[in-house]
Amino acid sequence: MVAAAAIAPPAPAIGAASAPVIEIEDVTRVYHLGDVDVHALRGVSLRVERGESIAIMGASGSGKSTLMNLIGCLDRPTSGTYRLAGKDVSRLSASELARVRGERIGFVFQNFNLLARTSAVENVELPLLYAGVGGHERRTRAIAALEQVGLGSRLDHTPNQLSGGQQQRVAIARALVSQPEIVLADEPTGNLDSRTSVEVMAMMQALVAKGITVVLVTHEPDIAQYAARVLTLKDGKVVSDTRHEPVRAVLEPEVAS
Amino acid sequence: MSPWATIKVAIKALLRNKLRSLLTVLGIVIGVAAVIAMVAIGQGARNRVKGVFEAMGTNLLVVSPASQNTGGVRGGGGTASTLTFSDIDFIRNEASAVRWVAPQLQTKVQAAGDDQNWNTQVTGTTPEYFQIRSWAATSGQLFDDAADAGGAKVAVVGNTIVQQLYGGANPVGQTVRLGNVPFTIVGVLAVKGQSPMGQDYDDVIIIPSRTFRAKLQGGLGNFLRGSIYVSAVSADATALAESQVTEVLRAHHKLKDDEEDDFRVRNLAEFAEAQSQSTDTITTLLAAIAAVSLLVGGIGVMNIMLVSVVERTREIGIRMAVGARPIDLMVQFLAEALVLAALGGLIGLGVGALAASTLATKFGWAVVFPSDVAALAVLVSGGIGVTFGLYPAVKASRLDPITALRFEA
Repeated sequence: MVAAAAIAPPAPAIGAASAPVIEIEDVTRVYHLGDVDVHALRGVSLRVERGESIAIMGASGSGKSTLMNLIGCLDRPTSGTYRLAGKDVSRLSASELARVRGERIGFVFQNFNLLARTSAVENVELPLLYAGVGGHERRTRAIAALEQVGLGSRLDHTPNQLSGGQQQRVAIARALVSQPEIVLADEPTGNLDSRTSVEVMAMMQALVAKGITVVLVTHEPDIAQYAARVLTLKDGKVVSDTRHEPVRAVLEPEVAS
Repeated sequence: MSPWATIKVAIKALLRNKLRSLLTVLGIVIGVAAVIAMVAIGQGARNRVKGVFEAMGTNLLVVSPASQNTGGVRGGGGTASTLTFSDIDFIRNEASAVRWVAPQLQTKVQAAGDDQNWNTQVTGTTPEYFQIRSWAATSGQLFDDAADAGGAKVAVVGNTIVQQLYGGANPVGQTVRLGNVPFTIVGVLAVKGQSPMGQDYDDVIIIPSRTFRAKLQGGLGNFLRGSIYVSAVSADATALAESQVTEVLRAHHKLKDDEEDDFRVRNLAEFAEAQSQSTDTITTLLAAIAAVSLLVGGIGVMNIMLVSVVERTREIGIRMAVGARPIDLMVQFLAEALVLAALGGLIGLGVGALAASTLATKFGWAVVFPSDVAALAVLVSGGIGVTFGLYPAVKASRLDPITALRFEA
C-alpha cells in the first residue's frame, strides 16, 4: 500500500494576514418540522484561519451536522452571517451556493459517496465537470489528484473494485482536485478500520500542511486529536474551543504483510 | 457544462441500466414505427386510388345521353340518342373551363390478327381522347386529326391485344381485322392496368371516330351513340366545367327551364377526390391510433425517469455537493429523457421504413415512405422526451442536497 508519504511536501501557508477562511457570526438554524420548531443552532460564532485544522465534536443532536452543512454551503443560516474567505454566503441562492461549493469546498463523507459504476478518475473529474473545465485538462488534473493520494495505478477501477480505504482516498482526491480552500470531512474514518483511519488522517494532515483548511466533523476523540483545534458543541451552542499540538498520524510498520 | 459533455454524461447514465433503457426506447420505437408505417400505408393507398382515377382520365367529366322516355316507358341511362357531334364543338367553343373534349363510341367486335382472334372493345374517338386519358404510345404512334378527318383505317391497340393476337410481338404495321374491315396498326398504347371495377383497360383497340361511324356504326349521322369525354382545365375547375357543360348542352338542346336534362354529366374528378379524401381519413385515423402508442411510449419515458430520479437521489446529492447547480441537474435528466426519446425516434424511423417496404414488397402495395411525416415523428419523439422528461428533471433539480446525500436507496 502506498503510504501518505506520497503526498507532496508542505507548501508555505498562504498569506495569514488575509481574511479568515471561515467567519461565522451568531448563526442560528431553526428547522420547522410540522408545528414544532427545532433549534439546531442557537447562536454560534466561529473564526477559522487559513491552513487551520479544526475538529467539530459533539453528541448526536448537538448541532454539529447542521454546522457542517452551513460551513459546506449546503444550507443557509436562519439568522446570522457566514463569510467564506471574506465573502458573505449566508443569503446566496441555491445556484450561487452550488458554485461556491464547486470552487471553494471539497467534501469527504463517511460513506465515501462516490458514484457507483463510475471509474475513480471520472469520480474525481466530477467537480471540474461542473466548474466548466475542459475535457483534457479535467483528465490531467484528476489523474494528478489520484496520484497524489497514491492511486495512480487504479484510475479505471470502479468503487466496488476498491477497498474502503482506497474509496476514501478517491473521495479525498475528488475533494482536492478543484483546489478548494476548505476540505470538509464528515466522519471520514467512520467506515474504516483503525489502520486505514490513520492513513486517511495522515492525508488530511498533509492537506493542512499545504495550506488547506480542514474541518473535521467527528464524535470520536481519537480522530479529533489529529486536528490542532477542537470545537465542542452541545445543544446548538459552542461549549469549548481548545487548541493543542495535534497528534501526528504515523503508520506503524505493518507486521508480516 | 457543454451540450456535448451533457449528452455524454446522459449516455453514460443510460448505459448503466442497459436493459431498462432499451425497454424504454422500445416504447418510443414502436410508437414512431407505427406512425410511419401507418402513414406510409395510407399514403400508398391514396396514391393507388389516385392512380386508378388518373388512368380513367385527367379531371374527367363524362357526358352520356339520358334515358329514353317513350310514352312513360323509361329506357334507362344511355338509351336516348340525344347527344350529337355538334355538341362536342359547342362544348369546346363555349365552355371555358374545358380543355379537351372527345367522343367515345364503343362496341364489341371480334378482332382477328394473322392466326388468332379475340373478342374485344373497339373505341372510336378523336386524338384529344389520348390527352384526356393521358395515354401515350410505347411503340409506333397515335393517330392524328388528319387520320380522323380522312376516315383512315388505322388502329392503336392496347397491350392485351398485343398479347392475345400477336403473342407479345410488336404489331405495328400489321393488319387487324375488326369484323370484316382491315385496319393497319399504327401504335401500341402504354399499359394502364385495371379499372376500379376490374375491367382491363389494355383490352382495347382505338380507331378514329369517323372510321368507327362509317365502318362499325353504319353511318355518319350527327347523333352520337356513345358518350363525350371532357377534361377540365384543372382539378379545381371540374365543378365549373360541369355546370358550363350542362348549361351549353341545355341551351343547344333547347330545353325549357322546367324540362329535365336529356343527358347526364358525371364528374369523375370529384368522385376521385371523394375517394382520396376517404383514404386520407383512414390514414389520419391509423396515424392517430399509432400516435396513441407514441404517447404511451412517452409516458414510459416519464415513468422510468421518475424511478431513476428516486433511485439516484444519492447521486444527485453528490453532484450537488461537488458544485452542480439545480439547472445542471435539470438539464442532465432532461438530456437523458431526450436521448432515450430521440434514439427511439431514430430507430423507430428505421423500423417504420423497414415495415413499410416489407409490406410494399409482400403485398405489392404502393407504400409511400413519408419523409415529411418521418421528420415530424422524430421531432415529436424528441418533443415527447422533453415534455415527459421535464417533470422528473425539475423534481431532481429541486432536491435538497443535504437530504439527497443522506438518502438510503
